[in-house]
Amino acid sequence: MSRIPPPMAMLAELTHRCPLACPYCSNPLELEAQERELSTEDWARVFAEAAELGVLQLHLSGGEPATRRDLTDLVRAARAAGLYTNLITSGIGLTRRRLEELDAAGLDHVQLSLQGMDAELADRIGGYKGGFARKMQVAGWIGEIGFPLTLNAVLHRQNLHQLPRALEMAQEMGARRIEVAIVQFYGWAMKNRAALMPTREQAREAEALVAEAREALKGKLVIDFVPADYHGDYPKRCMNGWGSVGLNVAPDGSVLPCHAARTIPHLDFWSVRDRSLREIWYDNPAFNAYRGDDWMKEPCRSCERKAIDLGGCRCQALAIAGDPAAADPVCVKSPAHGKMRAMAEAFNAEGARAELTYRRYA
Amino acid sequence: MIAQGAIPVIPRGVRLHRDAVRDRWVLLAPEKTIALDEIGHAILSRIDGRTDFTTLIDRLAEDYAAPREQIAPDVSGFIAALAERRILEVA
Repeated sequence: MSRIPPPMAMLAELTHRCPLACPYCSNPLELEAQERELSTEDWARVFAEAAELGVLQLHLSGGEPATRRDLTDLVRAARAAGLYTNLITSGIGLTRRRLEELDAAGLDHVQLSLQGMDAELADRIGGYKGGFARKMQVAGWIGEIGFPLTLNAVLHRQNLHQLPRALEMAQEMGARRIEVAIVQFYGWAMKNRAALMPTREQAREAEALVAEAREALKGKLVIDFVPADYHGDYPKRCMNGWGSVGLNVAPDGSVLPCHAARTIPHLDFWSVRDRSLREIWYDNPAFNAYRGDDWMKEPCRSCERKAIDLGGCRCQALAIAGDPAAADPVCVKSPAHGKMRAMAEAFNAEGARAELTYRRYA
Repeated sequence: MIAQGAIPVIPRGVRLHRDAVRDRWVLLAPEKTIALDEIGHAILSRIDGRTDFTTLIDRLAEDYAAPREQIAPDVSGFIAALAERRILEVA
């Protein structure tokens, strides 16, 4: 295998606790209890190790990271380590005073999630009454303090029609960027595939709308777009390659190549409680399992697109094709592609009747 | 071409950073890390939120003993491309 490059970015999942109950939650079915979360000191050490290893960008996520009472201390530690520090939040749990403390601690950027573009839909999708009103208040404070802002919206069958409104809201709030992701199915979200999966027509419409908006809003708003997996012909370049650019640290300290990696049962993920981040990045067999392309099977191995999509997503290959080293079944060349398409059609047919199954942190 | 009197600004949330592990300069921005070559670093390190485009070109021309008319289009293109991605602002 060629030389392993150092990681550029780290996602710190500070906690699985969250006041919202989004049906598309991509966290695993089994959530970590608060007692198992890393301490402030653990995280500070991990941030310092990450910077030393080559990480430049840190994303503080969860769960809802604002449920950590030591969030300001964590931001201070991250900045002291020299990391560009981004907070990914629903806004719930942030007060004006807390935002001012985060500002003083050196927080670089805020990414605010939207569940829907009006109170009725947002509160229904997030399963949290009053959430939208609170979020709008938080967005106002973010603007007043002057944090650079990115909005992110997970779009699906039930809110895709509000995409134009999301783009307007981003401009009204002074956001520089918006991330529009058609729902991806991992973790809890798998339970809600029928209720959430957009139709093929919806997915195509969204793509066209984004292409148009990108042109119209050039220089004003940057739009990042994640298309619908199940209706695609070629897979996404998942994580920019397994163990290649980024790593995730779960609330209990387990280090993962991606958010969903724990669904692959034969991999053993090491923890920052026992080892240094450097040792884990370079030596954990789980990180080396799907690095490069030696692990690839046909049709990937001889495919001219393998350098483009790197075979797609390992977790999805396992979930649909039953083998994490298989081609991502989104790909038209995958033997399981027909199965995936049939699943998408079945989910779409059931969609109008399907109920949302909420994700609640108990 | 960037207007002569326009002032390029590195906005809040964007900063130059010495990437010691990879021995290079980078520009850190929301969800983006841009590796800089020597020229890129020379331009960005002279953007201070007060210097206008004309003066910036003057300084680069002097420091690198290069003709103004040769570097101006390149510097303009560099700044405009970053502005389009909302990484720089031009006031």
